[in-house]
Amino acid sequence: MIEFVAVEKWYGSYRALQAVSGRVQPGEVVVVCGPSGSGKSTLIRTINRLEPIQGGTIRVQGHDIHAPQRDINELRAGIGFVFQQFNLFPHLSARENVMLSPTKVAGMSRKDAAELADALLTKVGLAHKINAMPANLSGGQQQRVAIARALAQRPPLILFDEPTSALDPEMVGEVLAVMKQLASEGMTMMVVTHEMGFAREVADRIWFMDAGQILEDAAPEAFFTVPRHPRARKFLADILLPRSGAPPLSAGS
Amino acid sequence: MEFQLSFLASGDVPSLLLSGLMTTLRLFCGAWILGFVVALALVALRTIPLAPVTMLVAAFVAYHRNVPTVVQIMVWYFGMPAVLPEPVRLWVNHSDTEFLFALVALGLNVSAYMSEDIRSGLRAIPHTQLEAARSIGLGAFAALRYVTLPQAIRISLPPLINRSLILFKDTSLAMAIGVAELTYQVKAIENLTFRSFEVFTASTLLYLAGSLTLMGIGAWFASHYPPPYRG
Amino acid sequence: MLDILHRYWTLFLVGSWPNGPLGGFAATLILAGSGILSSFPLAIGLGMARVSPLGWFRWPATVWVYTFRGIPLIMIIFWAYFVMPVMTGYKVPPFATALCAIVVYESAFLAEIVRAGLHGLPPGQIEAARSIGLSYGQAMRHVILPQALVNMIPSLVNQFVSTIKATSIVYIIGVEEVTFAALQVNSVEMTRALQTFLVLAGYYFVACASLTYVARRIEMHIAQRRMQPAGQKTLVAGVVESAG
Repeated sequence: MIEFVAVEKWYGSYRALQAVSGRVQPGEVVVVCGPSGSGKSTLIRTINRLEPIQGGTIRVQGHDIHAPQRDINELRAGIGFVFQQFNLFPHLSARENVMLSPTKVAGMSRKDAAELADALLTKVGLAHKINAMPANLSGGQQQRVAIARALAQRPPLILFDEPTSALDPEMVGEVLAVMKQLASEGMTMMVVTHEMGFAREVADRIWFMDAGQILEDAAPEAFFTVPRHPRARKFLADILLPRSGAPPLSAGS
Repeated sequence: MEFQLSFLASGDVPSLLLSGLMTTLRLFCGAWILGFVVALALVALRTIPLAPVTMLVAAFVAYHRNVPTVVQIMVWYFGMPAVLPEPVRLWVNHSDTEFLFALVALGLNVSAYMSEDIRSGLRAIPHTQLEAARSIGLGAFAALRYVTLPQAIRISLPPLINRSLILFKDTSLAMAIGVAELTYQVKAIENLTFRSFEVFTASTLLYLAGSLTLMGIGAWFASHYPPPYRG
Repeated sequence: MLDILHRYWTLFLVGSWPNGPLGGFAATLILAGSGILSSFPLAIGLGMARVSPLGWFRWPATVWVYTFRGIPLIMIIFWAYFVMPVMTGYKVPPFATALCAIVVYESAFLAEIVRAGLHGLPPGQIEAARSIGLSYGQAMRHVILPQALVNMIPSLVNQFVSTIKATSIVYIIGVEEVTFAALQVNSVEMTRALQTFLVLAGYYFVACASLTYVARRIEMHIAQRRMQPAGQKTLVAGVVESAG
């Protein structure tokens, strides 16, 4: 579904992505983790061309996303993106937020789009908030609307950029629950997150990044129990609470 | 429409333009200095905790910000001589006081705006600065003078420079009462020679030179004296 | 002063209407209002050009804005007075000349207000709009401009106040607005010049002070509506426990 071939990205003289290569298969859930500044957000933002690249190729569904004849809006309409800061449109209600892409980009009629929006908002547990304005929604509710907005594009794949990092802890669960459900329905997902419990339960593979490179690409069990790369080991030790003796992981394992 | 650059060098034109430009600059500098000094005085007056004083200052500022500048000039030039005592009025009628009235009007006008800009700068300074100044024994006025005001002026620099730009352009309003600044001379040359295009272009370029210089000074200050870190 | 007001208030308010063209403060407000309204579409274009990623939109707009913010309004009025008869072939009435000068003058200031309004939105808005597949134009139309225009309202009202004050100079080319009326009164009542001009100042003061107050109230109202809902964190911390 997604293919990176030797992707290079520079910010001025800073090499943000170094010869990154990897593949995401259809139906896979890949979690990208790593310390701050490792390039993980940059990496997924290159997929829908929010960030340009200076070298290498990125292919989505077999097509090079930077091919000159490729319409950038068409590409983006086919990829769902969920932001850390939700980025809902504050002047539109939840339903109108979700309806915007189907009506303006896919050319759906307003009636069909409204039905789709209502169905998706119900799916994420917000049937009672269909007409609410973003200012009247909690952070967790806003993020779920953002997920519904991405689903309204009927994309074959959804990208998540630290979807729960801006939420108070008690709301993280409701958003992760929606993401888990999408994964179980077979959605291809690429998730940048610090939520290691989610990664362990839901991910098919984990990419560990540091300093612009993918240092480890492994199944969750392997990654969490026997991390190979020394920096991965350090990362896991820093991020997870050590309990006496046992390899660290909190409730849910 | 022909454009003859040589026209600008002929006859009285260069000397008229130059004298107009000089008058503009003198008016600008005089009004600016008067305005800044009065603005500081207004800011200091506001620290006096007496209601009548605060209200007077507020009325002064409100008048100068809500009445057009040219009307303020007219109030001074046409209105003030009537209320001045007799001997002063005679002196006024016999001398070239247009420049003086224009300068006073422009200066007081800009002082009202500047005092508000400096006040905003003062409000932006954390209260802890004033507390620290008072706790080392400085009185209210001394605290203002040595601690808060210097910091406030740095923060207020962008709006102050913007106001200076507006003052520079407002000097042209003095032509309404006959002050021979640049715009007045432009009109005079046009009446003499009917060559509007060349003289308008010249004066436009002169005004732009002044404006861009002021904007440049603003940009230089902004980059060399960034707003201080508020710890 | 009240005597002047009592005797000449119609002249100050509407000029010589109905025996002549509409003048006085009514003419002032109409000139300022139609000037700003006509200038606004131009200003939106200029403001968008100023933030455009395309150089050949951005540079001309920048030159336009710097030029018309850098010269006095009276120079623009003189240019208009000189250029318009040549361009149209007709002798253009003073009101129309003044209106065109004001439209050009205001476009530069309004363009900066538009630019500030566009910059004032969080960058995430344009990113989110593009991410769902909207083109740049669609994103501007459906997401950015609706929000930016609401935020601009207080600045626009303040600019209207500035425009009302700016019109006070157009009497010089013969427009019969309120300053012109005051000069007419002064030529008759020469011994009461101070009262005459204070009455003139009073008209402007009442209008401008009220509008400034309205702008401030609108600003407070908008600020209240922008308050964030509870539950949104601003700090990012390493999350330790799974929340399954």
